[in-house]
Amino acid sequence: MSINELPKELSHDKLIDIYKKMLLIREFEQRITKDAGRIKSPLVHTYTGEEAIAVGACAAINDDDYITSTHRGHGHFIAKGGEINSLMAEIYGKEVGICKGRGGSMHVADFSKNMLGANGIVGAGPPLALGVALASKMRNEGKVVLTFFGDGAANQGMLHESMNLAVIWKLPVIFVLENNMYGWSTSVNYSSAIKNLSLRAQGYGMKGITINGNDVIEVYRSVKEAVDLARKGGGPTLIECKTYRWQGQTTMDPDKYRSQEEKEEWRKKCPIEAFKVKLIRGEIIDQAIIQEIEEDTVAQIEFSVKFSKKSPKPDSSTVLDDIYKNPMNLGGN
Amino acid sequence: MGEETKIMRGLDAIRLAIEEEMERDEDVFIMGEDIGEFGGPFFVTEGLLKKFGHERVRDTPISENAILGCAIGAAMAGMRPIAEIMFADFLCVCMEMIVNQAAKARYMYGGQISVPVTIRVPFGTGIMGAAQHSQSFESWFMHVPGLKVVLPSDGRDFKGLMKTAIRDDDPVIFFENKRTYFLTGEVPLDKDFTIPFGQARIFTEGEDITIVALGAMIQESLNAAKKLEAENIHCEVIDPRTLVPLDKKTILNSVEKTGKLIIVDEGCKTCSASSEIAAFVAEEGFHLLKKPIIRLNTPDVPIPYSDKLESAIVPNAKMIQENVKRLI
Repeated sequence: MSINELPKELSHDKLIDIYKKMLLIREFEQRITKDAGRIKSPLVHTYTGEEAIAVGACAAINDDDYITSTHRGHGHFIAKGGEINSLMAEIYGKEVGICKGRGGSMHVADFSKNMLGANGIVGAGPPLALGVALASKMRNEGKVVLTFFGDGAANQGMLHESMNLAVIWKLPVIFVLENNMYGWSTSVNYSSAIKNLSLRAQGYGMKGITINGNDVIEVYRSVKEAVDLARKGGGPTLIECKTYRWQGQTTMDPDKYRSQEEKEEWRKKCPIEAFKVKLIRGEIIDQAIIQEIEEDTVAQIEFSVKFSKKSPKPDSSTVLDDIYKNPMNLGGN
Repeated sequence: MGEETKIMRGLDAIRLAIEEEMERDEDVFIMGEDIGEFGGPFFVTEGLLKKFGHERVRDTPISENAILGCAIGAAMAGMRPIAEIMFADFLCVCMEMIVNQAAKARYMYGGQISVPVTIRVPFGTGIMGAAQHSQSFESWFMHVPGLKVVLPSDGRDFKGLMKTAIRDDDPVIFFENKRTYFLTGEVPLDKDFTIPFGQARIFTEGEDITIVALGAMIQESLNAAKKLEAENIHCEVIDPRTLVPLDKKTILNSVEKTGKLIIVDEGCKTCSASSEIAAFVAEEGFHLLKKPIIRLNTPDVPIPYSDKLESAIVPNAKMIQENVKRLI
């Protein structure tokens, strides 16, 4: 049996859940792409093609473990167990959105699931992950933090600071580098001189590996190993997941900087199709179940769109709410 | 009555506040460059490592974004971290974490989270620190919704406001004017002595002119007021203590009484804290003013190294006296 066949510790239900989540992310992103004109914001980034990373990584952690996300955060949100009606409504700018319409696509967060937020600043998640990990360590909670970031963020100074601090303090952080080969239009081959970005881990005294980010089981196994190490007090790991962004940078990007051949080549490496084949081979699912899951996924997305469309936008009178937790005490003398 | 106090320096008062809060709440911890073994460049944190250990008094590498990111992340996870940025000037390399993360998290995540972090920042002139170790950046942060901006002027207020900052659920930038570190005065020993944000302090009452001053400029103003008193000119010296929230009411009440306002602020003049104070008084209290507002600031120049040049540009008691007389 190859290393990439189905791990025994993953139950039948868990394997199906992984498949469902990947498909849900795919369908979600396809739908908001279709509805981009209605959503209006030009700053909506889709995760299409990268589903195996968020889902495989989150399958390797517990519900009370944490993740930090990126500007391309819908996939992480869904993978961590976030609910899609509140996600869709947020992207539509509605009061019932997970951030009450204050955050939008680039700031989706569900703190009840320890999903600490998508983030509009490239490379800003890892520094925050340090603190969450430190809190877990100081309180002996045994929780770990997955911090997702891209090949673009890999060249941010604050990422360098974060990796170094995580190592010297042995923080339970897993650096999950989603190398989708482009920072907007800039190729990773231009922005970096090394073939595998995981090589950088050596410079911090940390284990670094490069894996196939389109293989959900490989992602799961790699992250699981890093999580086990982190929980034992062994500190962080850098996992570079090679993948590809199927769509443009945003739903409105004409995406003329990448060749048709390159895009088609990567579509042949679809992470969902690859996993489906494994599930069929492992007799976890058959055509009937696949069809049932697909129909259910489409229905869920359809419902979330209807829910979002019919829900009201926030009341303008609430625009100044939630700037501070403690009211601004203006006592006078 | 009989509030129990002890005479100490400003920096001792800050340390006392931190020490008491660390004893009171195990979620409080402190991190920064050279704050442990060394005790911090101004010895504010001296002795804390010995008392609380490496877990809660954390020396860091020179990585300001990681320091603040770590503090903010820990705050999001429910801790109450204090992060020290060694000199205000170094805020320039970590604005991201303060402006885009700490200040925004609560609002942009729809009120799901709060960020109870305190960021301590020594700032200002007086140590021959030159252009990159002497700046006053408090006004930058007044411009960022989501932050609270505190700037005490003596030990008593250092203690009371530091304790409020640590206990507050929102991000607080706590500016410590270097020259006030070495000012001695009575500091309350009560472990629950706190000073609420948004309440200005009236140092001296007077009916002739209102002087609003920040940090070390309070002492300069009090010295000026004392001299002017001999000439029968009575100054009302007010310290806003917190710039966000700003106690407009106390300032306006005073201007209503005196009709004249001087604002003394160590920051460069353009877009300074004094700009904001002058603007709101003009907006909300124009009818109360009998004379134009005067702002005494450091001019728009990088801070020079030579002490002679530095003292030529930072407002002092003599300048305040002269300008009061211009208005009277």
